[in-house]
Amino acid sequence: MDLLQNLLLGFQTASTLWNLLFCFIGVLLGTLIGVLPGIGATATTAMLLPVTFQIGDPVSALIMLAGIYYGAQYGGSTTAILINMPGESSSAVTAIDGYQMARKGRAGPALATAALGSFFAGTVATALIVLFAPPLTAIALKFGAAEYFSLMIVGLVSSIALAHGSIIKAIAMVIIGLLLGLVGTDIYSGLPRFTFGIREYADGLNFVALAVGVFGIAEILRNLETDKTREIVVSKITSLMPTREEIKRMFVPILRGTALGSALGVLPGGGAILASFASYTLEKRMAENPAEFGKGAIEGVAGPESANNAGAQTSFIPMLTLGIPANPVMALMIGAMIIQGIVPGPNVASEQPALFWGVIVSMWIGNLMLVILNLPLIGLWVKLLTIPYYILFPIIMAFCSIGVYSVNSNAYDLFFVAFAGLVGYVFAKLRCEPAPLLLGFVLGPLLEENLRRAMILSRGDPMTFLTRPISATLLAIALAVLVVVFLPGIRKKRDEVFVEEG
Amino acid sequence: MNSYSIDKVNFTCGLLFIAVGALFAYQSMQMELGTAFRMGPGYFPLVLSGVLIVLGLIVLIQSFRTEGESAGLIAWRGILLILPAPIFFGLTVRGLGFLPAIFCTAFIASFASTRMGVVTAVLLAAGVTAFSYAAFVYALGLPFRLVGPWLTF
Repeated sequence: MDLLQNLLLGFQTASTLWNLLFCFIGVLLGTLIGVLPGIGATATTAMLLPVTFQIGDPVSALIMLAGIYYGAQYGGSTTAILINMPGESSSAVTAIDGYQMARKGRAGPALATAALGSFFAGTVATALIVLFAPPLTAIALKFGAAEYFSLMIVGLVSSIALAHGSIIKAIAMVIIGLLLGLVGTDIYSGLPRFTFGIREYADGLNFVALAVGVFGIAEILRNLETDKTREIVVSKITSLMPTREEIKRMFVPILRGTALGSALGVLPGGGAILASFASYTLEKRMAENPAEFGKGAIEGVAGPESANNAGAQTSFIPMLTLGIPANPVMALMIGAMIIQGIVPGPNVASEQPALFWGVIVSMWIGNLMLVILNLPLIGLWVKLLTIPYYILFPIIMAFCSIGVYSVNSNAYDLFFVAFAGLVGYVFAKLRCEPAPLLLGFVLGPLLEENLRRAMILSRGDPMTFLTRPISATLLAIALAVLVVVFLPGIRKKRDEVFVEEG
Repeated sequence: MNSYSIDKVNFTCGLLFIAVGALFAYQSMQMELGTAFRMGPGYFPLVLSGVLIVLGLIVLIQSFRTEGESAGLIAWRGILLILPAPIFFGLTVRGLGFLPAIFCTAFIASFASTRMGVVTAVLLAAGVTAFSYAAFVYALGLPFRLVGPWLTF
């Protein structure tokens, strides 16, 4: 009955008044920022990350950060449905039919469908985490340096496979991320590397600054390109309740979306995004009346929203058990753990059981809060949507500056924010995805450390990666993924899946 | 015009990858490389930079074969006014102190949009300053010096 004991510990940790409060603040702030047009879940989480460092207790900080993440995701769906402005690619699919429903006066039921679907998916996915995390942790404890190296290769390769656009460019972005991650003092020789003689960068570049710059500031710059009056027609919300007919129609898509999302979310490299696209395609194919899709089909909201949320939850599995981020937000979580003095990886479950199970249970509580919070507060979110962008971004810039500075009180972090913002914007213009770069940045130092350790242990024999069975299997998986994405047939399919975004 | 077309975005992208790779490769070579058995600080970055240069070349070569969409509008005004805002905050937060620094940061960033007027910007910056004081200094208790040595006589 280990499982029940663990769950009990989780509930005890997550339901202290203090942690409930932080979970609530996280969900509220996440929705608040996430609902602002043009700001996606990753950017929101990056911008609010520094706030969580002000909480002394790592458990509360991570609970709040997780709350910010699903709050932001839900906020993104709200903007997608009400004004057809998805903040992030994962809610781009929701915008297709959700916005059409809103135009037909069914905005309320569309929002309710998204909330209920997300809650159901979140509950199932949390149960999956509870079931699968412990055995995976047990496997991961057997890992040596070679296995870790190979596992990280799998993570990086998957992030390449799931990035949009050119695969070559995605690989290049991973490598640039890895290189940026190496800036700082070399652990073996103590030599500063790539710091350009700036002593403040000897501890490495600040992860928060990079995330805020590449995601937050670059996104503001992109929004400023079209600095025109944006017509915002917010639909009136009369009733939230879906009709009985609508409830019947959303039920099965929610189940299918949850299953699809749970499976794809575990893939390292952003499975949640792929899940919502895949779910939309599936629902369209299964529908009795496919022509309705794109014109306000409730299945087109229910399926992808559930898939999206299930994927977002199960992406915690590789992060919590292996310390491998499945998407940029998980990379942010890992960065937060490291800053809080916790080494991410399989040891977290045994050394910090309260943290491990507390965070898991808080996910479910956070999802529940989302439903309770968002449905009554929807009127407030709608008001926020009408704030013009030129008022919003100076506020965001000011808060980002304070946030990044508050992490280390280091002015050089702020210079790096500006630089990272420019880099992020340039890469966006060059049609390069920033997500693989961030994953590379987080994994860079770990990858090098494990590579060097494995090579020392094997006395310089690179065959060690192939003679150790787990490592060899992992490398084979990585190779298979790479081969598959380069196959012409799959490449075409992959382009098709992402094509509906625009 | 040329008989072949160039995808300008990928052309630039390839050049950028090669330049970044070359920069890191050059710096790696200044450090001890070591052997595969005992890797020095320069070994792993040099390998990565090498791969990056090769990828840059591939993107560059591919750019000659296709014509792509252009990069579209560039937010010059945004770049010139948004990016200096955090730099300004970093330079002045100690000297001017928290309140004046955050006021100026919000004020500078405001003008990245052509739709912002001076009065609105002043009001907005004042509001941001007041809220930041309440949220970060009062509620979260961040140890900022409110008015710095440059302003106290």
